[in-house]
Parts: sequence; C-alpha cells; structure tokens
Amino acid sequence: MPETDPLVIAGESFGSRLIMGTGGVPSMSVLEEALTASGTELTTVAMRRVDAGGRGSVLDVLGRCGIRVLPNTAGCFTAGEAVLTAKLARDALETNWVKLEVIADERTLLPDPIELADAAEQLVDDGFVVLPYTNDDPVLARRLEQTGCAAVMPLGSPIGSGLGIRNPHNIELIVERAEVPVILDAGLGTASDAALAMELGCDAVLLATAVTRAQSPSLMATAMRHAVEAGRLARLAGRIPKRRYAQASSPWQGLSSRG
Amino acid sequence: MKITVNGAEHETDEGCSVAGVVAAVTAQPAGVAVALNDQVVPRADWKTTIVCEADRVEVLTAVQGG
Repeated sequence: MPETDPLVIAGESFGSRLIMGTGGVPSMSVLEEALTASGTELTTVAMRRVDAGGRGSVLDVLGRCGIRVLPNTAGCFTAGEAVLTAKLARDALETNWVKLEVIADERTLLPDPIELADAAEQLVDDGFVVLPYTNDDPVLARRLEQTGCAAVMPLGSPIGSGLGIRNPHNIELIVERAEVPVILDAGLGTASDAALAMELGCDAVLLATAVTRAQSPSLMATAMRHAVEAGRLARLAGRIPKRRYAQASSPWQGLSSRG
Repeated sequence: MKITVNGAEHETDEGCSVAGVVAAVTAQPAGVAVALNDQVVPRADWKTTIVCEADRVEVLTAVQGG
C-alpha cells in the first residue's frame, strides 16, 4: 500500500500515514523501539532551553531511524511566542516545517483560535510549511487552509486525554471541504481510535501519548501502524451503508425441507 | 557585566559574542538556536553578534515532545 498511496504534504511524499510525537517515553531506547515499530517517517520534537531537558539526544534517535523531524511550538500561548519558537526551530533544525500549537490554557491545552490564526498567517508569509494543531471546528480549519497552511490537524479530544474522537461529525465535515491533508491530532487512546480517524477520511494521524505511555510502547506502536493502514484501506474500499434490518448474505433459494 | 541567559542571571565579559554565551551553557552547539531579546540570531551571526549589559539570551534545543 505505501508505494501506491503516499501521504503528500507540501509536495513531500511519506509512505507512512502515522506521524509520531516523542513526549512521555521513559527512555531513549524505548522511544527508538516504539518509533521503529510504528513505521513513522515524520516525528515531532519540542524546543526547550538547553539546560531544561538535557541535550537533544532525541535528534540522535531520529537521525539513526532516518525519520524526518517536525518541530512543534508546544507550550506557546500567544502568536508572538509561537512565531519566535518556529523561527528558532528553523535555525536549530534546518527545516521550515512546523507543527503550530498555540494553546489557550494548561488545563485543557485547547488551541486558542485567534492566536493560532494570527501565528499561521505570519509563518506562512515567512515561508514556513505550517501544520496547525486546531480545534475540531470546520470553519477554523477552512480559514487556516485559506491562510495557506499545508495541512490542518484537528484534535480528536484534548491532548493526552485518550478520549478518542469526541465529534466524528465535525471531523467528517472538515474532511469533506479540505483540499489539504487532514491529520487527526491529539486525544487518541488506542488502535480503534486511529482506525476510526482514517475511516472518517483523515489523511493521517498524529499521536504520542497513546504509544509512549502505553504499558508496552512498541506493541502499541505496532497496533497503531496496523490500525492506520486498516482504517485507510477501509476508507478507500468504501464501507457498506448502515441498515435498520438484516440483509441475508446467504441465498433464500434452494433451501432443503421447506414447509 | 550581567546578562540573562535562559532566565537566569549570568556574568560575562564585555565584548562577549553570542557564540561565547552558547559555549558557556552547552558543549554541543549542533541543533541549538539562539534568541537575543526575542529576535533570532542566525547561527552564521553568532560570532559577530556582541551581547550588551542586561541583554536576554535564550539558548534552545530540540527535546522530546508533541
């Protein structure tokens, strides 16, 4: 499937439709095992002060695995903070791709739509490939696309909550209208959530906590890889309509001993 | 003179460059970026950019996240 059905973002092709985060793992060796098992080709990192999180050995892991790095602006509350963080990431990591996060508060980690739209516009104007983490709001998603974002990444539910996709109807509405990739980002808890995202028509999923905080991160990474592939295939295959009553799958004709 | 590096007070010599500040906080400058008073200082300009009294320097790198 990957050879014939790539995920294309801003003209770049990816064989895997599973984008991973790296937060929450107990060790770099566990992270490396999980990323390898996931089959991911694109993975997020955060930007922090050099003395706050140790030296960036996460970059060493991504380098060894041949995975493209996607810096995020996690922890930013204003457009100004997010734009500066994106520019720092561009200089540090030599990529103009950014997962744009501008959150409203620490309790919900929900995106602040006003600041998000402002930051997206500034970064697009500055030549960034912007992948915004957004609310499951079809109107905001469309505005971000019109701004020039290379994808839209609606949440399934709050970051790290594992609540799955709380508003599948809105995700379908976003998918219907979008002409850029739709990447379900945040809130997924287990493999069926990832499969549902793909069945709803999302082009990819981005997840971290569901894998990194699972009892076995590498097993869950494997499960997620299969779920994303299965969900994608099911979407392409076209599911049957739901019916109120049964529809026999065996013929009625030719039954023996009737009456 | 006193400057602020990653939120903490830092004593440095007059004429110290951004490269000097980076060297003082990390031995591994690869994958690092610097903001001086909320403006990015591109890596190519680290040696020629001189810090001044009360400047705020942020030295960032990639960590696990997202």
